[in-house]
Amino acid sequence: MSDIIRRDPRAEWIARNRLHPLHAAMQTAATSWMGPNGLIRKNPHAVGFIGPNGIKRIDRSGAEQGGNQKRSAASSVVQLPLHVIEQPAFHIAVVPDMVGGRLSAHDKDLLGLANKLAGSEGAVVAVVFGEHKENAFDTAGVDRLLHLDGELFDGYAPEQRVLALSAVESQLAPRHWLLPDSRTGGGELGRRLAAKLGERPATRVWQVSEGQCIGRAGAGREDLVRRAPRLILAAVECAEPVSDTRHEVRPLALQNQIARNLPRIEDLGAVAVDPASIPMAEAEFILSGGNGVKDWALFHHAAVALGATEGASRVAVDDGFMTRDRQVGASGIWVTARVYLAVGISGAIQHLQGIGACDKVIAINLDPGCDMIKRADLSVIGDSAAILAALIERVAAYRQEGERDAA
Amino acid sequence: MTDLNIITLVSVGAHPTSGRARRAEQDARAVELGLRLAGERLQLVHAGDPQEEALRAYLGMGLGEMAVLEQPPGADALPVLTDYLRHAGAQLVLTGSQAETGEGSGMLPFLLAEQLGWPLVVGLAEVEKIENGLAQVLQALPRGQRRRLKVRLPFIASVDNAAPAARQSAFGPARRGQLLASEVAIVDDSLLAEAQLQAARPRPKRLKVIKAKTGAERMKAATAKAAGGGGQVLKEVSPQAGAEAIFKLLVEEGVLR
Repeated sequence: MSDIIRRDPRAEWIARNRLHPLHAAMQTAATSWMGPNGLIRKNPHAVGFIGPNGIKRIDRSGAEQGGNQKRSAASSVVQLPLHVIEQPAFHIAVVPDMVGGRLSAHDKDLLGLANKLAGSEGAVVAVVFGEHKENAFDTAGVDRLLHLDGELFDGYAPEQRVLALSAVESQLAPRHWLLPDSRTGGGELGRRLAAKLGERPATRVWQVSEGQCIGRAGAGREDLVRRAPRLILAAVECAEPVSDTRHEVRPLALQNQIARNLPRIEDLGAVAVDPASIPMAEAEFILSGGNGVKDWALFHHAAVALGATEGASRVAVDDGFMTRDRQVGASGIWVTARVYLAVGISGAIQHLQGIGACDKVIAINLDPGCDMIKRADLSVIGDSAAILAALIERVAAYRQEGERDAA
Repeated sequence: MTDLNIITLVSVGAHPTSGRARRAEQDARAVELGLRLAGERLQLVHAGDPQEEALRAYLGMGLGEMAVLEQPPGADALPVLTDYLRHAGAQLVLTGSQAETGEGSGMLPFLLAEQLGWPLVVGLAEVEKIENGLAQVLQALPRGQRRRLKVRLPFIASVDNAAPAARQSAFGPARRGQLLASEVAIVDDSLLAEAQLQAARPRPKRLKVIKAKTGAERMKAATAKAAGGGGQVLKEVSPQAGAEAIFKLLVEEGVLR
């Protein structure tokens, strides 16, 4: 609703009617009145009003009148009902992928499935490894959160994680284990856990109902229907995510120390990959240029400096600055980047369709009213060449700092 | 690196459209990787029917023979393969990441690793070097990324579509190659007794459900523009300040390496 100041006839009517039960409550405290002896009395506490920063303001110009609070529309944030499981009859354990430290859409689907399986008696336990940036576990449907942090789980440590999960197994004995059957870690971790626990999992499951689950089998030409086992590796869109309840996210701790195993696989870290060789559809970080880019040499230089895969809008491709296979949008490639940096792209609807799956969009543009700015999470209004040059400089300084730290 | 003892486990695949038997895509990539590492000394093992013609496509990639552990369809391949590998003395076992027929759960390499007590590398893309009983390998990650790992021999590795593409199969060598069948104990797979395979149903498309209680809310949901408008807009800032804000977000998201 708009912030137009409106009269409230009902409040005015109550103010006139001294016998109304709400009369006293709704009356604004008078700042001055005539005492019994004809002397004017003042209440200094009632003078003024509270400003937008929470600081008391006194307006002596005479513009301020009467009621000192502005009537505005009630805030439309709806508090969802809280779903409390005090004494869970059983547990459903979920191990989300947490790509980039947040719950992905796949994880939320999985939590939706877990809540379906938990019903009103069971509790959904989410097991999260390492640092995370998620703050919406409650609306995603997590009743209990088991956060396992520590250097043991840093980097690629699947064997250590499986040990931790088997400790969870011996403490809670969950009725079901749910993991995402994804390439970002869930598929591997789930299968390792299955081998460790000796459970036969159902994989690529896309439907669970009434104790039966259906999953893709073979190369996807067949479905396998079976009784739902304890360990389920579920595909994307296996269930609807939780949408109408809030959950407690009560922290949970492991009782026993997790055994430390000698890692047989040593992680030597990520390897620099040429960003130009990554297919655009699956690139993680795309720097995309459009009509607003005038200095293409600088643009290519920026892509190298940032380590980003290059993309382009249709105009840039039509004008011959970029090749056709780099075009992002409805008639080009639908990208799934986690971070999409759009330089000088105003955001035609076809282009916005192409970046629909991107997580974070950053826009650099001259026009503050264009559609790309409305879509972007961060927009900088200004000359793209100057901003790109400053960004290259900043990243170079950051890289040097890192080298100095390493040395 | 030709002194390495490498075994590749192969299966019979199915063409995605016709369903006709063929060499499995990922297994062929595993054979290709093995050929690059060990050349003609690569050993192939299959558990199943030795009369299957599709198996010859692997031999056509430049190998003279293949060991076949004879099993009827529906038998469990895990115990016989575990037995075979325990006595084969291999330093590296390569597999695809999931079968194209049957259950295709992708559990085989994990169960083999568990039973043999070997480490397992998932999504092997390249073996960089092997020395002093340690292998340095590249693992394929989603979004085209790579990770370098060091593993102690012997180990099992599964390959997926990030491994090098398989070479063509030649007809002549495929005909001349030999499938050496051997008798093994037959263990039935318990899964097929309780589960049934059916033709894949198309997944239902997810509907956009609008949970509105009042007419005004429904109207709002129906006419809402996409675009959140919740983004931060920096106007009239210096290029340095703008670049700093972008840089901060890039670091926060962890895309700058």
